[in-house]
Amino acid sequence: MTEHLLLALDASSSACSVALWRGDASGRGELFHRYEIAPRQHTQKLLPMVDAVLDEAGVALSSIDAFAYGHGPGSFTGIRIAAGVAQGLAFGAGRALLGVSTLEALALDAYLRHGAELVLAALDARMGELYAGAFRIEREAGWTRAVGLDDQQVIAPCALRLPAAVPGDFFGAGAGFDHLESFDAGVRARITRSEAAVEPDARAIALIAARGYFLGLARPPAEVQPVYLRNEVATRSQRGPLD
Amino acid sequence: MRVLGIETSCDETGVALYDTERGLLADALYSQVAMHADFGGVVPELASRDHVRRLLPLIEQVLDEAGIARDGIDAIAYTAGPGLIGALMVGAATAHGLARALGVPVLGVHHMEGHLLAPMLEPSPPEFPFVALLVSGGHTQLIDVTDLGDYRLLGESVDDAAGEAFDKVAKMLGLSYPGGPAVAELASRGDPARLRFPRPMTDRPGLDFSFSGLKTHTLTALRTLDAGGELDDQARADVARAFEEAVVDTLIIKCRRALEYSARSRLVAAGGVSANRRLRERLQPGLRKSVENAEVFYPRGRFCTDNGAMIAYAGALRLAAGEHDPEGPRLTARWPLERLAAPARERIS
Repeated sequence: MTEHLLLALDASSSACSVALWRGDASGRGELFHRYEIAPRQHTQKLLPMVDAVLDEAGVALSSIDAFAYGHGPGSFTGIRIAAGVAQGLAFGAGRALLGVSTLEALALDAYLRHGAELVLAALDARMGELYAGAFRIEREAGWTRAVGLDDQQVIAPCALRLPAAVPGDFFGAGAGFDHLESFDAGVRARITRSEAAVEPDARAIALIAARGYFLGLARPPAEVQPVYLRNEVATRSQRGPLD
Repeated sequence: MRVLGIETSCDETGVALYDTERGLLADALYSQVAMHADFGGVVPELASRDHVRRLLPLIEQVLDEAGIARDGIDAIAYTAGPGLIGALMVGAATAHGLARALGVPVLGVHHMEGHLLAPMLEPSPPEFPFVALLVSGGHTQLIDVTDLGDYRLLGESVDDAAGEAFDKVAKMLGLSYPGGPAVAELASRGDPARLRFPRPMTDRPGLDFSFSGLKTHTLTALRTLDAGGELDDQARADVARAFEEAVVDTLIIKCRRALEYSARSRLVAAGGVSANRRLRERLQPGLRKSVENAEVFYPRGRFCTDNGAMIAYAGALRLAAGEHDPEGPRLTARWPLERLAAPARERIS
C-alpha cells in the first residue's frame, strides 16, 4: 500500500509537541515525535520541532500529505498558536488540514500507555470548571480509536456525570483529575485509576488524524477552526452614558 | 520582491500584497468593530478568535485579487507589536507557518512604523526627514523621523490617546463605538461659538499631550446641561463640536511646535484620528501660520486605521535590506518606536 505522511502539532497546554506519522491506509505506521513542557514558548518551539521530526524521518515538508493540530479544548492562546502555524503550513504547502479534539487525544493516549478501555478525559478549564468528555476505545480494521460517549463540555466538577448507559470503571486522564476530590461521589467511585500529570500530545493527535485523513475528513485549512467549548468570554456593558 | 503583509494587532484583520517594483497589488481588511460595539470597546479574547477566522480567507482574497499564486509570495511581514499579545500571536503564528512552508523569509514589523510610513503608499509620498503625528485610539505621539528606523520621540500623551478620548466622549453622548466618526458627524451640526473647552497643556512649553482632563471637562459640561434640563440634540451637537475643536486645536498647536523645534517643514499625520475631517481642513493652514512652507501628508482614508498594506510596505523596506526573523516570532506587546534600529546599511543593495 502507498505510504502517506501526516504532520500533527499541539500547543493546547503547557506542553508543546509535534508528531510525524508515516504509514498506510491499513493503520500500519511509524511515528517521529517531539514533546516538551514549555510554558509560553510555543511560538518559538513548534517550528524547530517540525524541522526535527522531518529531519529524523528524512522527509521534506513538501512531501507531507496532510496536517493536523489539537483544536481544543485547552489554553485559548495555545490552541490559536497551533491553529495559526498549522493553517500557515497547510495553506503554504497546498495541503488539507484536520482538527483533533485534545480530549480524544488524551483518551487514546490513556489506551496506548495504560491499556485503558473506558476513559474520562478532563482538562482544567480554570474558573472552577473542567473541559470533559467520556470515551470508549474501539478497534476497527487496523485502527484503534477513542469513540465519544457524550458531548464534550465545559462543566463544574461536581456536575459532571459519566454516561449512564455505559457500565464499567473509567480511567481518568488529564489535569482535571487534580480536582478529583470535587467530583460527584458516584463518578469518583467509577474512576478506579487516573493520571493527572499528563497533557494532550501530538502523537495521539497524529494517529487520530491519520485515520481521519484516510476517511476523507481533511478540509481546506481556513475551515479548520479552534474548538474552545467555553464561549462566554465577555459581558456586555450595562452602564449608562453619563455614569 | 512581493511581500505579503499581515496585521492582527487589535480589532482589524488586514492583509496586503506589496511589490517593490510595481507597488501595492491588493489589500483586504476585515473590521471587527461591529462585534466589539456591544461591549463598548475591544474584547481581546473575541478579537483573537476573530483573527483566526478571518486571516486565511483574507490571504486567499488578496492573492486572488492580485492574480498571484501562493508560491509567488517572496517574503512575509507581520505586525510583531505593539498591540494585544493574543491577537499579535495569531498573525505571527500564521506568518511563520506559511513562511516555513513556502521557504521564504519572514519578519515582524513595528505597528507604528507601519503607520508612519503609510503615506509612502500614496502618489506623492513625503521625503525624509519629517515629523510624524501618530494619533489613534491607542497612541498620540510626535516623532522626528530622520530616515527609515531613525526615530526620536518628541512628545506623547501622558494619559489618554486622542482617539480614546473620542471613544469615551462618544459613549457619554450615547453614540456608537468607535467614537471618532460618530462624534465628528454630530459635531458638524454643532454651534462652534456656544461652548469653549480647554486646550490641554498648550499654555506651557513642551510637546506632550493630555486628553484625560478634556474628557472629564466634557462629562461635566454634559452633566451641567442635563441638570439644567438643557441637554437636547442641539446641546449634544454643541458639546461634540466644542470637544472636537479642542482636540483639533491642541493637535495643531503641538504639531506646529514640533516642526519649529525640529526645523522640519514636512508633517506626516497617520492613525485613525488623522482621518478626522476638521483636522484635515485645519492642520496645514494652521501649521503655515508659523512654518510658511509646511506641508502635510496623509495616508488615504482606509490606510489611516490599521491595515495590512502599511505592514507589507514597512516589511518590504526592511526585508529588502536583508532583515528577517530566523529564530521564530518575537512579539512585543509594549514596544517603544525609538527602540527600533535602522536596517544595516551595508546590506542594502
